[in-house]
Amino acid sequence: MSASKSTPPEVVTLRVNGRVVTVPVGTTVAAALGAEGVPVSRVDLGGRPRGPVCGMGVCFECRATVDGVPDVLTCLAPCREGQEVVTDA
Amino acid sequence: MREACDLVVIGAGPGGLAAASIAAEAGLSVLVLDQQSQPGGQVWRGEARKRENRLARRWLDRFAASGARFRPGARVVAAPEPGLLLVEEGSASVAVRYGRAVLATGARERFLPFPGWTLPGVLGVSGLQVLVKDGLPVRGKRVVLAGTGPLLLAAAATLQRHGAEVLFLAEQAPAARHWGFALQLWRHPGKLLQGAALAAGLVSVPTSTDAWVLAAEGEARVERVRLSVRGHEETLSCDYLGASYGLVPNLELAKLLGCEVASGAVVVDERLETRVKGVHAVGELLGIGGVDQALVTGELVGHVVAGKPVSSELERAWRAVRTFAELLARHDAPRDELRRLATPQTLVCRCEDVPLQALEGCRDLREARLYARLGMGACQGRTCGAAVETLFGWSGEDVRPPCLPARIGSLRLPSPSPHTRAS
Ligand SMILES: Cc1cc2nc3c(=O)[nH]c(=O)nc-3n(C[C@H](O)[C@H](O)[C@H](O)COP(=O)(O)OP(=O)(O)OC[C@H]3O[C@@H](n4cnc5c(N)ncnc54)[C@H](O)[C@@H]3O)c2cc1C
Ligand code: FES
Repeated sequence: MSASKSTPPEVVTLRVNGRVVTVPVGTTVAAALGAEGVPVSRVDLGGRPRGPVCGMGVCFECRATVDGVPDVLTCLAPCREGQEVVTDA
Repeated sequence: MREACDLVVIGAGPGGLAAASIAAEAGLSVLVLDQQSQPGGQVWRGEARKRENRLARRWLDRFAASGARFRPGARVVAAPEPGLLLVEEGSASVAVRYGRAVLATGARERFLPFPGWTLPGVLGVSGLQVLVKDGLPVRGKRVVLAGTGPLLLAAAATLQRHGAEVLFLAEQAPAARHWGFALQLWRHPGKLLQGAALAAGLVSVPTSTDAWVLAAEGEARVERVRLSVRGHEETLSCDYLGASYGLVPNLELAKLLGCEVASGAVVVDERLETRVKGVHAVGELLGIGGVDQALVTGELVGHVVAGKPVSSELERAWRAVRTFAELLARHDAPRDELRRLATPQTLVCRCEDVPLQALEGCRDLREARLYARLGMGACQGRTCGAAVETLFGWSGEDVRPPCLPARIGSLRLPSPSPHTRAS
């Protein structure tokens, strides 16, 4: 394999509920959900919005559908190019 | 898939990294599992990429060169027999056979319910800090932090560095207890320097002891926070609220393996071996002591499993970090007022939407589970468990597998692959 001279891209672009979001490499999906405001990931049994709380895979409040897989803990999921994220709120 | 190793380490924070590096350097085959995508644990989150913190860089480099194997995104979900772990990795399952194990699963924050704590924008103190380290933009955002101990300062410093306007730091400890703690830090020079450096960077933030959150208010997200500050009520408008009270060890895996737990920590002997032979515990599992304790205990266990002598210097370092851990536990103990903030309608279990009033008449955790579904949702009591222990003194039951929500396939032993059968 030939070594590429071009530096790796510093950002990744994903879609959150159809909206294009560009974030620095290394951003988690939970953090990207808050790129334009307070992060919201799901609705509770009463239909009220909820967002991440612990940031470390304990509270399960940050779950959303990522690339078709439901209930992904977004605080543990790194953003990847072309990722599709769907929240239920 | 199947894996085999001399030593399996669960958790790649400073404790797990130190133990794994030393054991692998001594020639053991070492496998490290962590549910995060990179090594570093909580305190060194993102350091594997950013490489800003010198101590983190040193240990991460040493780990990378040690020959230990690392499996990211690996969640241990069951332990069907001694020497065997079932691990879920994305959509794959792995069965891991091991000779010895080091549990290094760290700690989580203690969340106590108050009206409005389920609004988006209300997080743990370190939870908010972690999200910011992971890329949440907070430039120009107004933030209130309420909690206890040194982590409150650490979170405030991170937030300020990322451009947030930290409006107020509410320290729950009474003034006398807080300053008593600060003075004791003279005996722990490393901690003192850390604390002084943090405090120097934070001179512009109004801070109060004897202060805590009464309620978070807003429609679809937090807009305001009501605080009790030395007996007076104050209201602040904000974009984010971080509110949590100290840390509690992540004991699920230790309990799953049958280790004895007492006073909220894993019981170990002087070689940090649990009551289960061949299974050791390090770091926050031994009681909250921070990164120094994690490194010292990780090094100690690394020597023990490698069959190398433990130096008297290391023994001394361990005694010193234990004293600090005891000091911290006294300082961070939540005050009584924090147990009485929830109203009858305030949700206690966030997964199953169980309000405080639904727990009326329940005498213990078992009844709360049976009659009110407390702790029966996705997080399996990880959040409300510590809350009801503080609120009502209900302590946890035994952990049943899977210790995390898992696919049925992950609970079966994978069939041997053709080449392993042939060999
Ligand atoms: C959210 C948070 C933020 C913190 N931030 C700081 C800070 O900025 N500064 C500071 O000094 N201290 C901080 N701390 C305190 C911290 O606990 C210690 O300083 C230090 O990280 C403890 O090291 P450790 O090795 O014991 O565990 P940790 O560093 O907590 O590492 C434990 C690791 O185990 C993994 N794990 C847990 N359970 C499983 C499982 N079942 N399967 C697979 N992997 C698992 C976790 O993903 C984690 O990476 C923080 C704590 C928390 C909870
Ligand atoms: S924020 Fe708590 S599990 Fe992701």
